[in-house]
Amino acid sequence: MAAATGAVRTERVRSQLFLPAAITGFLALMLGILGFDQFLNAMTLGAIYALIALGYTMVYGIIELINFAHGDVFMVATFVSIGVSTTILGQSGAITDIPTLVVSLVLLFLITIVVMALVGALIERLAYKPLRQAPKLAPLITAIGVSFILQNIIQFFVGPYITNVPQLFPTQWVFTLGESRVPFLNLFVIGSAITLMLVLQLFIARTKTGRAMRTTAMDRDASSLMGVDINRTIMITFLIGSGLAGAAGVIHGLYYGNTTFTLGFQSGLKAFTAAVLGGIGNTAGAALGGFLIAFIEVAAAAFGFGRWGSAIVFSLLVIILVFRPTGLLGSHTGDRA
Amino acid sequence: MSLLELKDVHTYYGAVHALRGVSLKVEEGEIVTLIGSNGAGKTTTLRTISGLERARSGSITLNGKSIEHTAPHEIVRLGVGHSPEGRRVFTRMSVRENLEMGAFLRKPGAEVQADFKKVFDLFPRLKEREFQAAGTMSGGEQQMLAIGRALMGQPKVLLLDEPSMGLAPILVEQIFDIIKEINSRGTAVLLVEQNAMMALGIANRGYILQIGEVTLEDDCKKLANNPKVKEAYLGV
Repeated sequence: MAAATGAVRTERVRSQLFLPAAITGFLALMLGILGFDQFLNAMTLGAIYALIALGYTMVYGIIELINFAHGDVFMVATFVSIGVSTTILGQSGAITDIPTLVVSLVLLFLITIVVMALVGALIERLAYKPLRQAPKLAPLITAIGVSFILQNIIQFFVGPYITNVPQLFPTQWVFTLGESRVPFLNLFVIGSAITLMLVLQLFIARTKTGRAMRTTAMDRDASSLMGVDINRTIMITFLIGSGLAGAAGVIHGLYYGNTTFTLGFQSGLKAFTAAVLGGIGNTAGAALGGFLIAFIEVAAAAFGFGRWGSAIVFSLLVIILVFRPTGLLGSHTGDRA
Repeated sequence: MSLLELKDVHTYYGAVHALRGVSLKVEEGEIVTLIGSNGAGKTTTLRTISGLERARSGSITLNGKSIEHTAPHEIVRLGVGHSPEGRRVFTRMSVRENLEMGAFLRKPGAEVQADFKKVFDLFPRLKEREFQAAGTMSGGEQQMLAIGRALMGQPKVLLLDEPSMGLAPILVEQIFDIIKEINSRGTAVLLVEQNAMMALGIANRGYILQIGEVTLEDDCKKLANNPKVKEAYLGV
C-alpha cells in the first residue's frame, strides 16, 4: 500500500512538471517551424476552438451527453453579436476612440455571453431535462434536432448568406516586433480567451458551485447525498458552457468579420474533436486540444496541404486515441479500489 | 412521534416491484438494523428514504414531516446522512475535499472545523491520508471516508449501507465499534447489513426483510435467539 501510494505521488509530480514543459516545447517548436505570423494565427484559431470545446467537455462530463447543438450555439452567438453591435451599441465598424472601444467591447462581450448563457439554459430546460431518465440515445438525437432548429431559425430570419460582422476592434492597429507586424487584434483575442479559461478553471477549482459540478460529474447520486441540487448544477453547467460559446462567437466575429448559418457545424466538430483529444470531461484537456488542433491545421496550410487539414487532424485523433483512449489529459484513477 | 418512520412504502424499478409495503421506525438515539439476503430490498429501502428512488405509494416521515416527495438534497438538509452501498467516495478528490463535500450545506466556520477534528478522531487513518486522492485508498479506508463524509453533514439519522462489505474481519470490528461510538454521541443509525451476527450484536432493534417485505421485527436479543433467524441469517 505504502509503495503504491509513493508511486502515485511520484507519477503526479512527474506529470505536473511534464505538462508545462511539453507545452512550452511544443509552442517553441511551432514558432520555429511556422514563423511568427502563422504562429499568431494558430493561437487565435486555437483560442476559439478551445472556448467552444469547453462547453462540449463540461456538458459531457456532467450528463454524458454529446451536445451536438453546441457548435450552433456558437454560430447563433456570432449573429447575436452583430445585433448587439449594430442595434444596441449603434456601431458598424472600427472604433478608434479608445474609451468608446473599451466600453463597447465590454458591453458586446457581456450582453452576448449573458444572452447565449440563457439560450443554452433554455435549450437544456426544454430539450434535455425532460429526457434525463430516458436512454442515452434519446437526448443525443434531440441534440442533433436542436442543432438543425438553430440553423433553420438563423436561415429563416437572416438568410443563407455570408453576413458581415462589424469589426469593432481596428484591424489596422499593429506594432512591429523585429521583422514581424503584430496586430493588436490577435493579442486581444488570445488574451481575452485565455483570461476566460483561467477564470473558468478558478471557478471550478475554488467555488462551491464549481466543486458541486465536479462531484456531480464524478458521481451524481453520491453528490446529491451531499446536498447538491443536481438539476441546478446541470443548469449552471449549460449556462457557463453556452456563455463561453457566446464569447467564442464574439471573438470569431471580431477576428474574421463574417459568419453564416452553417458555421457551427465545422467549428463544432473541430471543437468536439478537441474535447475528445484532450480527454472528454477534462476542461484543461479541452483547451489543450483546441490549441493543438489549430496548430495542426495552420501547419498543414502553411506547408501547402491546406485541403488536407481536417484529414490530418482526424488521423492524429485516431492515433492518439489508440495509444491513450482517455485522451491526452483523461483520468486514469480507478473508480473503485 | 418517531424520528424516521416508513409506512407501507412501495418502490418500483421499472416493472420490478422492489419494495412491497415496507414499514419501519427509527427512534431518537437508536441503532436499528435491517437484515436480509441479496435482493431483499435493503439498499432500495435506504435509497427510497434518501429520495434517490421514489416511493410509488406509502409515506415516509422525518420528525413527523412528510419527505416522500422531497428532493434528495433537501432530505440531506433535513438531517438524513447516507453512506451508500459501494462507498461512492469522490475518487479524484482528496480525503479533505470529500469531507468538505459532506459539509456542503453548512456554513464554513468553527463548527465545521470542529467536526473535521471529530471525524479525524474517530478515524485517525483519514487524518494520515488527508491530502491523498480518495480513489488511491484501500477499501476499508474508503469505507471510513464514506462514513466520515456522511457525518460531516451533522445528520440526525445516519443510513449505513453494508459498512462491512469487503473488509477484513479486524476492520469490520473496528467499523462496528465506531458505529456504536457515533450512536453514543447522539446520532440515530439505520444499519443495513449482510453480516447479521455483527449487526444484531450492536443494534437495539432489527427488521428482517424478505423479497421487499418486512417479515419479522423485534428486539435484537430476541431476533438473535429466534430459530428461524438463526437458521437463515446466522448460519447456526
